[in-house]
Amino acid sequence: MLAFAAKRSALALLVAFAVSIIAFTLLRMSGDIAIAIAGEGARSEDIAMVREAYGLDRPLFVQYAEWLFKTLRGDLGQSIFFKTDVATLIMAKLPTTLMLGLFSIMFALALSIPLGVLAAVYAGSIIDRIALTVAVAGQALPNFFFALCLIIVFSIQLRWLPVSGSGTWKHFVMPTIALGYYVTPPIMRLVRAGMMEVLSSDYVRTARAKGLSPASVIFKHALRNALVPVVALTAVQLGFLLGGSIVIETIFALDGLGYLAYQSITHKDFPITQAVLLLLSATYVFLTLLSDLANAWLDPRIRMA
Amino acid sequence: MVDVASAPKAPPNAALETAAETAAAPLPTGAGATTPPSTLRRMFRHRGLTIGAFLVGTIIFVALFAPLIVPHDPYAQDLTRRLIPPVWYEKGSWAHIFGTDNLGRDYFSRTLYGAQIALLIGFSVMIVSGFIGSALGLIAGYFGGKVDMVVTFFITTRLAMPVVLVALAVVAMIGSSLFVVIAVLGLLKWDRFAVVMRSATMQVRSQEYVSAAQAAGASTWRIVIGEILPNVMPHLIVVATVEAGSAILLEAALSFLGLGVQPPLPSWGLMISEAKNFMFFSFWLIAIPGTALALLVLGVNLLGDGLRDVFAPGGRS
Amino acid sequence: MSQSVLEVEDLSVTIATPSGPLQAVRNISFDIKRGESVCLVGESGCGKSMTSLAIMGLLPPAAKRSARRLAFAGEDLAGASMKRINQLRGDRMAMIFQEPMTALNPAYTIGDQLIEVHRRHKQQGDRIARERAVYLLEKVGIASAAERLGQYPHQLSGGLRQRVMIAMSLMCEPDLLIADEPTTALDVTIQAQILRLLADLQKEFGVALLLITHDLGVVARVADRVNVMYAGEIVESAAVADLFAKPSHPYTRGLLDCIPIPGKTAPGEELGTIPGTVPSLIGGIQGCAFMSRCPLAQGVCAEGAPLRHTNDTHAYRCIVEAA
Repeated sequence: MLAFAAKRSALALLVAFAVSIIAFTLLRMSGDIAIAIAGEGARSEDIAMVREAYGLDRPLFVQYAEWLFKTLRGDLGQSIFFKTDVATLIMAKLPTTLMLGLFSIMFALALSIPLGVLAAVYAGSIIDRIALTVAVAGQALPNFFFALCLIIVFSIQLRWLPVSGSGTWKHFVMPTIALGYYVTPPIMRLVRAGMMEVLSSDYVRTARAKGLSPASVIFKHALRNALVPVVALTAVQLGFLLGGSIVIETIFALDGLGYLAYQSITHKDFPITQAVLLLLSATYVFLTLLSDLANAWLDPRIRMA
Repeated sequence: MVDVASAPKAPPNAALETAAETAAAPLPTGAGATTPPSTLRRMFRHRGLTIGAFLVGTIIFVALFAPLIVPHDPYAQDLTRRLIPPVWYEKGSWAHIFGTDNLGRDYFSRTLYGAQIALLIGFSVMIVSGFIGSALGLIAGYFGGKVDMVVTFFITTRLAMPVVLVALAVVAMIGSSLFVVIAVLGLLKWDRFAVVMRSATMQVRSQEYVSAAQAAGASTWRIVIGEILPNVMPHLIVVATVEAGSAILLEAALSFLGLGVQPPLPSWGLMISEAKNFMFFSFWLIAIPGTALALLVLGVNLLGDGLRDVFAPGGRS
Repeated sequence: MSQSVLEVEDLSVTIATPSGPLQAVRNISFDIKRGESVCLVGESGCGKSMTSLAIMGLLPPAAKRSARRLAFAGEDLAGASMKRINQLRGDRMAMIFQEPMTALNPAYTIGDQLIEVHRRHKQQGDRIARERAVYLLEKVGIASAAERLGQYPHQLSGGLRQRVMIAMSLMCEPDLLIADEPTTALDVTIQAQILRLLADLQKEFGVALLLITHDLGVVARVADRVNVMYAGEIVESAAVADLFAKPSHPYTRGLLDCIPIPGKTAPGEELGTIPGTVPSLIGGIQGCAFMSRCPLAQGVCAEGAPLRHTNDTHAYRCIVEAA
């Protein structure tokens, strides 16, 4: 297990590096930063001055190396727009996004696991068909549109929830639903497929032959095995959620990393954009690493190999 | 946006969806069973597929003939006729079936023209990303070994990057336009193609007819085109449809945030964005393009799912 | 207190297939007495596995069973509630399957799976269950039984796993043990061991055994009585010595001809074959199912084969009286 973990961790680190290089290069190359910093209507001397001041005239890999070392030391630079250092900004917004991500995935699991189990146990029946229909329809609904509809229903018509902001737990309800519903169908389908496969397996038949209660058969024997790939998928989906939270946070003006990223992009604030990009990628890499390890741990066959 | 792909030993955790190849109860295939109906017939029988094909077909038709169908110019503003509700409301009229937006433009016309944009985006991105991803997947699957390791590393790295964020950032830098959006999305969304093509190629490659071709001395190129590609085609088609739907939603999201297609183009996502300030009293302004998006993507997804069912070995009814 | 542990009367199993209903088991009847060892023998597809699954209520969803009478120790099974069936399964009637590699849950230890069935039915606490598990593991010939309890199925070979399955089936001291081709998937060398183990345990614990197999050699070693199945029907039923001494149905005779018997078959002598293939079981079968392959077939066989009796315990279905 240890060797497995070490190998996976090394790979994860390598990927993180690769992403950092790509992120860095992409941003530097897709526009002249100096112009963006100097602002519109700046004269060429101003631009040249900015270029020198920010060290933008040096070769790319030198800039990258410097940025990398600074980042590893925790110095993420200064925000051009917000005029504070990036690290502080990010630490302030991070909890909000983390909470949103966690709530959303919990919401998704609370919906998808029961639905998936029901659909599998009653495969082919009307319950199954409804679950699948809901899944397919859910994947087609644009999340920003759904979010707006939620606002209209819950904020305007029913007046139960606030439209935007991030003060109280109430501010998280609609964003959680708007973000979580989209990852529900793939998880539900995986649960359903896994359960159906497992329910027709030999060892479930053995469990039935032993006269175990239906609950024991479904939950102790079947679900335990069917969920193994679901754990991995969930971790990956969480990674995607964090990336996709930009749209939702922006709609609800939820003060998290996503919203920060959006603001930084529209204001061409590179230090923040780079930092957020790196952070989200690192989180995703970390989550996939975790899910690999969880996978190995859950399946004794891999764990002891 | 939330991607799941199936592949044996794929990049860590791209290999997750035990696809809805659900296990049927084991049955003895008794002697005397009839041969399964042809693929084409299975397609017609599959309800989801026919619905999907119908939806997509209708929208394509509408998009193609939009210039002939629309009653008004989708760009023509008329501030004296702002925010007229659709015909099914009390104050609506048949002159503007879907009403007008806040600049007095006919919504029906804009919606139809929006279909053109959505389909164009979906199709183009699918082609670009499909090309890149399939090429990578084919190479990785066919050659294996170090080549495979490198490509897998690429895929894993690309998966680690949040697509929306990168797309937003790049578009913001370069400047947004239809072309830029297609290019950026096409260059970002190839991962699922690569994963699926890689695993499909690996499966096909281990078949005997490939060894036979190799033994006969066929060149690599010929084997890939002649043997591998035709057998991998079904998987490719299925992934392509799903990715097209995903691309459409992604462009809509980008345009919604102001970093996709630019006004006055009637991208559905953009229309929703422009309408959000008026949505409280004129719900149809976001409902119509939102529903249009949902229907198109639904159709595409049903098509993809249906094709996957039909192409599955032994196909389910 | 009924003498019979299992009574099966006119049991049928029909499976819905895309090509039509398949009659896997057609009106079979047999019974098993306390402590008796009965074999159900026949080739692949003859319906013997389906029979055992039907008795245990473990048929796949597409299969339906019907029976005039299906009773365990006098108690009706066919109409019993799911709750009652679950009370009986694992406790009074147990089953082991053909493929030991996949019969155990990979996520739980051997001990966990052994103890759970005892805990479920006996409710005597974990300590007693554990002791019984160790006792039975030793009985089935597994060394270091106590350590094995903490192991996972994938750490055991196929032969060991099948021994564990046997132990698991005996945890609650059942009256009936159904074994569906328990040795088919195992190495030839292991097969003999497992069979001997089964036979020994059966005698020692006084469990009635229903053994499903396609191997007449197994039958000779283990059975008290034999039912020969063909195309979903029981075509001959006899005490084991009787069957080998006086096979009465042409199919049984054909089967015996195919087997080389040490001491009797001359070296170089051609073994018998049964020409033809099993008829399709989809839609009904008219008359005798074996007709198309029978050396003694006559036109009147198409109307059916009557049940004949050689003696009290030996019956067979054939027009032709056995010599």
